[in-house]
Amino acid sequence: MVTQTASKIIVKQLSIWFGKVQALKELSLQIHSSEILSVIGPANSGKTSFLRQLNRLNELEANFRVSGEVLLDGEDIQKLSPEILRKNVGMIFALPQVLPMSIYDNVSYGPRMHGIKNRGVLDGIVEESLEASFLWDEVKQRLKESATKLSGGQQQRLCISRTLALRPEVILFDEPCSGLDPVSTAKVEESMLKLKENYTIILVTNNTKQAARVGDRSAFFLMGELIEFDKTQKIFTAPADKRTEEYILGKFG
Amino acid sequence: MRTTTKQKIAFSVLFLSTLMVILPVVFVLGTIIKNGWQGISWEFLTSMPRDGMRQGGIYPAIVGTVYLVSLSIVFSLPIGVMAAIYLNEYARDNLLTRLIRLAIVNLAGVSSVVYGLFGLALFVTFMKFGVSILSGALTLAIMNLPVIITASRESLANVPYQFREVSLSLGLSRWQTIRHSVLPFAIPGILTGAILSLARAAGETAPILFTVAAFYLPKLPASIFDQAMALPYHLYIISTQIPNIAVKTRYATAMVLVGISFTMNIFAVIIRSRLRKKKKW
Repeated sequence: MVTQTASKIIVKQLSIWFGKVQALKELSLQIHSSEILSVIGPANSGKTSFLRQLNRLNELEANFRVSGEVLLDGEDIQKLSPEILRKNVGMIFALPQVLPMSIYDNVSYGPRMHGIKNRGVLDGIVEESLEASFLWDEVKQRLKESATKLSGGQQQRLCISRTLALRPEVILFDEPCSGLDPVSTAKVEESMLKLKENYTIILVTNNTKQAARVGDRSAFFLMGELIEFDKTQKIFTAPADKRTEEYILGKFG
Repeated sequence: MRTTTKQKIAFSVLFLSTLMVILPVVFVLGTIIKNGWQGISWEFLTSMPRDGMRQGGIYPAIVGTVYLVSLSIVFSLPIGVMAAIYLNEYARDNLLTRLIRLAIVNLAGVSSVVYGLFGLALFVTFMKFGVSILSGALTLAIMNLPVIITASRESLANVPYQFREVSLSLGLSRWQTIRHSVLPFAIPGILTGAILSLARAAGETAPILFTVAAFYLPKLPASIFDQAMALPYHLYIISTQIPNIAVKTRYATAMVLVGISFTMNIFAVIIRSRLRKKKKW
């Protein structure tokens, strides 16, 4: 990593196909370190395909094709091993996906699988990661209990901890609050705002208000194309494109 | 009024059909227990047959069946589970995998006497294992493979797809994902399938007929290359080939055979429910 790039992630001419359907059309954008980029857009706008390309989850689909480049710290992600890439680019899914094991085991799962055996080290990682997602105080007395007993909001924050335990550089959020109530949503957003000091965050959301609340910059996708990409405040107060305005005002989508 | 009458008729027909399912079970078990239970004794279970199998016990047949079943699972479970993992986790949908799936379905439908003949040709004659426990166990293993593969595939497919996604997104390799994030949650179903297939193997006569079963062998097998007696074949012999044998001896033998299958099924249920509790999602 000799190249000094100002941007954490550089996307160049990225196109994605699933079979004959083109999900993303020649997308180019740059994402800075320590910012939250919100990606908004109606269904089938390609925003989730974009997100899942950043940790190469798309390639699990049988008929997936890609062209263009994604650079992480100046390095083409296709040249990294998917394991190393995904360790550095964590992902939070739409519905909280805790594994049916204890809270402790969920958080320590990634580090254990990557070879950390020392109990003391793991204990430290678990506590630190749960602190960072504001869950520690709620669960520190019951780390051995099954994670499936937690509430939906707690489960989602547990998923965040599980990702943080790998000490990634980038965190992808795929509509992380779509199944949560407003209080839990607020807590997840709070942890995102806190996390952006140390991580680069990309947030795909259907909730335009959420994008406006937490995003430093926002990108509006439509039918696989990037329509507008600017400071969040600009997008939400004076969008340059009429379609962006219509979407934000709820006229379609 | 007419709707309620129709409903009553429908319910009655459905209930009677359900009853028809239970009746044979009750009847079969009732007959066996009624006629056989006086024949059951410690001596019957643990001694050699005597006097042309009219007296004594069925110990060697029980031991033979246990050997056969245990050895067959040693072959069929690992191969079956690995094949299921390949088919469910790795294989893409193409002509080859569709052919393999078709083959599995067809194998499950082949009648057991054909497996017996196949075992005779391949293991006994061609591979020169002779008429032996090894040949019989391998034949039973092949017969059980489709059952184990199908049960294992189903339990793997029942593990939520998201477990795999989460696991991969944490930077685990595909093999780590299968090994740690999928397989542990499929184990209860796999074990249940395996045990049920064992119960079936324990009761089959045709596959062991040409490959292992001894007509009368009042000693225990010393190695897997020996012939052995087995319960289902023994039952067939004492029921059809030996005159003047006490009815209670036949039914007691049947009772032991059914008892073994039943115990295995109950084990399957217990294992499943205990593991399910631990690995619930």
